Amino acid sequence: MLVFEKSRPGRGISALPACDVDIVAIPEKDARESELHLPEMAEVDISRHYTELAKKAHGVNDGFYPLGSCTMKYNPRINEAMANLPGFTQIHPLQPVETVQGCLEVLKETEKALCAIAGMSNMTLQPAAGAHGEFTGLLLIKAYHEANGETQRNKIIVPDSAHGTNPASAVMAGMKVINIDSTPDGLVDVAKLREVCEGNNEIAGLMLTNPNTAGLFDPNIKEITEIVHECGGQCYYDGANLNAIMGWARPGDMGFDCVHINLHKTFSTPHACGGPGAGPVGCKEHLAKFMPGAVIEGEKGNYTLSKAEASLGEMKSFFGNFTVIVKALTYIKMLGKEGIPEASLNAVLNANYMMKKLSEKYDIAFNPAVCMHEFIMDIGRQAKETGITAMDIAKGLLDNDIHPPTMYFPLTVHEALMAEPTETESKETLDNAIEVFKSLYDLAYNDAEVLHNAPVTTPVTRLDEVGAARNPILKYEF
Amino acid sequence: MATTMAGLLYAKSHEWVKIEGDTATIGISDFAQSELGDLVFVNLPEEGDEVEAGEVFADVESVKAVSDIYSPISGTVAEINEELLDAPESINEDAFAAWFIKVEGVSAQADDLMTAEEYEAFCESEEA
Amino acid sequence: MGTFVPNTKEQQLEMLKELGFNSLQDLTAHLPEDVKFKGELDLPSGLSEMEASKAVKKIAAKNVVFDSIFRGAGAYNHYVPAMVGHVLSNETLSTAYTPYQAEKSQGILQSIFEYQTMICDLTGMDVSNASVYDGATAAAEAVAASRERKMNKALVSAAIQPSVMKVIETYCFGNGMELEVIAEKDGVTDIEDLKAKLDPSVCCVYIQHPNYYGNLEAAAEIGEAVHTVKKCKFIMGVNPMTLGVLKTPREYGADIAVGDGQPLGLSLAFGGPYVGFMASTDALKRNLPGRIVGQTTDHNGKIGYVLTLQAREQHIRREKASSNVCSNQAACAMAVGVYLSCMGNEGLKNVATQSYSKAHYMAGQFEAIGLEVENKDFFHEFITKSDKSSEAILKALEAEGILGGYPLDDNRILWCCTEMNSKADIDEVIAIVKEV
Repeated sequence: MLVFEKSRPGRGISALPACDVDIVAIPEKDARESELHLPEMAEVDISRHYTELAKKAHGVNDGFYPLGSCTMKYNPRINEAMANLPGFTQIHPLQPVETVQGCLEVLKETEKALCAIAGMSNMTLQPAAGAHGEFTGLLLIKAYHEANGETQRNKIIVPDSAHGTNPASAVMAGMKVINIDSTPDGLVDVAKLREVCEGNNEIAGLMLTNPNTAGLFDPNIKEITEIVHECGGQCYYDGANLNAIMGWARPGDMGFDCVHINLHKTFSTPHACGGPGAGPVGCKEHLAKFMPGAVIEGEKGNYTLSKAEASLGEMKSFFGNFTVIVKALTYIKMLGKEGIPEASLNAVLNANYMMKKLSEKYDIAFNPAVCMHEFIMDIGRQAKETGITAMDIAKGLLDNDIHPPTMYFPLTVHEALMAEPTETESKETLDNAIEVFKSLYDLAYNDAEVLHNAPVTTPVTRLDEVGAARNPILKYEF
Repeated sequence: MATTMAGLLYAKSHEWVKIEGDTATIGISDFAQSELGDLVFVNLPEEGDEVEAGEVFADVESVKAVSDIYSPISGTVAEINEELLDAPESINEDAFAAWFIKVEGVSAQADDLMTAEEYEAFCESEEA
Repeated sequence: MGTFVPNTKEQQLEMLKELGFNSLQDLTAHLPEDVKFKGELDLPSGLSEMEASKAVKKIAAKNVVFDSIFRGAGAYNHYVPAMVGHVLSNETLSTAYTPYQAEKSQGILQSIFEYQTMICDLTGMDVSNASVYDGATAAAEAVAASRERKMNKALVSAAIQPSVMKVIETYCFGNGMELEVIAEKDGVTDIEDLKAKLDPSVCCVYIQHPNYYGNLEAAAEIGEAVHTVKKCKFIMGVNPMTLGVLKTPREYGADIAVGDGQPLGLSLAFGGPYVGFMASTDALKRNLPGRIVGQTTDHNGKIGYVLTLQAREQHIRREKASSNVCSNQAACAMAVGVYLSCMGNEGLKNVATQSYSKAHYMAGQFEAIGLEVENKDFFHEFITKSDKSSEAILKALEAEGILGGYPLDDNRILWCCTEMNSKADIDEVIAIVKEV
């Protein structure tokens, strides 16, 4: 039942005192004419409404969530406690600089830590999400080429395994996309890349995720970034999969010029049903003068704010998703220099353990000897033999209280289930999930109908998405 | 089994075209609609736009995919089938009745357009 | 050091052995040596939760928390009912991701559907998306979404929040749209300048109402002028709190309404996270970026909700998508939903009326002590002009734990009142300023 259907005129909560100055009427020319239909609810009913909604959802706290490329690791509760400190939540973004030294310290410390982890020299915390970070990074590259008088550099190379945001971000930055196909083993086709780049003065750069969406670390990465640099391009590292290498391999050392980092993936800030996240962008020195947003200078307790010399502008208002940054900093402080690589290597361990056990039944895309933080189950053979698709397996998992892996991505594997267990799952959880996955595999061969009809334990069964798109109902009609 | 209609020409990208003098009507084949699945939206060009043989002139959306539609001929868009905008399902129901655009001043056509018979064989080879 | 890895060292070793390895480092043995980081990370050692908590609290204590705030300029100090924090701290809702698996995400999808309905109700528009990053990016996305093949120019009023202007400029630097600023005259958008700048290449006109200076714009007249150009969209940036009492953007003729939902239940939080809302007429629904939730039915005919119109989006359209927006600010949108459920019709009207009335009271009091108020027709923000230096006024207030208005220059201050400012608080400010 929607909140509007629970509304009863006359109900409400006792939020505010009466107005203690004379009421001034809104001039008639600007006074609202149409009726408002906000819910009128007693406090108890609001509380129950949202408790009910929460019951119809699945979070990391409800169970295993191996959603590939999303890094659904556990979100420590201390992060939340720190982000809710009044000393952070009650600070106006336009307060005098001497009254926000704590906030600036949070930003500065986080910048430094992320630079150390990414192998970059500068970091902006302004971008609000991964896609926003990609856009920021591409604008940095654009500003750099323009400053060098190379306005013709407007082509970005994107491998076919990339997240959809990569090409979309490139277009927002006014660039054209050159897609390059992967090799049969799922890596960047170096020969093709060379062919595209050699002597090409229109190349603005390359966008790459490494390890890629198949969980494969590209061993040719240095050669790849060199090829792009040789033709005058810049290399952008999509940090979606940074959890795989955090603390023991750095995009900067691989030859990347700029990078975005998803704090809501790698640095344990909660995904919060989709956001807020944060997508800080790091760069090397030659791009630093183009950075957006505020630059924090000076020492602890005496920070000042300025702008980069040739700043490309502002990505959003103010300083980024500040309290998300507080959560990430708290996490970094707890893990420290030893805990960060340890977390990453355990993510790799969990993924490999799961991959090995599942490979007893499932086909693994590209069949790597060792994967990184994630791997792809290829349901193609099974689909041919049983009619059970990646979608059906996913829906079967829902009936077993496991959130399914990412489905149908990357596009290079047609029946993909991309699983990323993360480091915060125990062997017991993995063993249980492995059993469930295997049992669903057998079910596909023994009793496919059950999977076709799954899920049956959820609040609704499979929904009519075609009907939803053909005849969109996008709001409640009063 | 997908059907074809005699008297039309077909492109390898699965559009059909009916050429009458220097005017033409374009749609997508029954094979194409069955491969694409339930269509939920169509983006059409505007009247007066130029279309070029072998170039994209429209796209169709299913729930989880968007697919480009290529023009088998060159010319000027004289009319668009506005009914498709409200009822994209008509393409799934009868792909040969659900035309996309009518073109006038047809000046060129793509190489290797096929007859219904040739196209059937082509589709069979695609399926295999 | 702290760790969130549940596997014990023994378990890790056991798992490694199953894979044929002896140590965690063996997992990286297949990678080229020259890409591995050999040094020690330039970070301190890890801390226990107690130590980390102390360290972060110590940092927070370095900020000055003002009990009395008269500053707005894009971030507004409103009362946030306890229910909002209570819902946002729900462990399921805070740790779930985007509702990709609809059957097990009905709660999230429903909350977004409810949010979309509320935004449509407030703005008078037909369709709302599931939200974007903040008000400024909502404005920039709306400008980009207005683009038509032969219409590449955006006209933006000079009287908008400066950070919104800067973000629109940045997005236009990216996508190559032409951006022209409409002059400001007497604190509002200069309609004559707008009319002079309108031509068939203009795809949209963006104004803010109430504008940055707190003034109400002649929005209906501006809308009429905009619509003299075929297909040109009238985009209004609005403070959603004001919509409890002000005409809806639709009533003023807007095609797209955007704004920041922060005043509706989100704390100031040093500028974020906030939430950008975007709503449009039905005709423009496919131009909206980001997620949209729709109602449908399941196999048994039961009503349910799904992400819909997805073929507009980047994960399907890739380089043909008009925006790269991926997920939304779902928790912030949910905060807006909880806030509006708490306030209801009367509550929201009360917030707006109190903000309006208190600002007018305060402006009157300033005039009474000899400061000039520049605004004639304003909502809850206004500008004072005075011989006293802005710095002297604000320092005097700061000494009493009051965050005064935002200094626009040496002699002009932009003030803001909300329901949080009691008459006594306002009188205190007036008394202090009088003595400066």
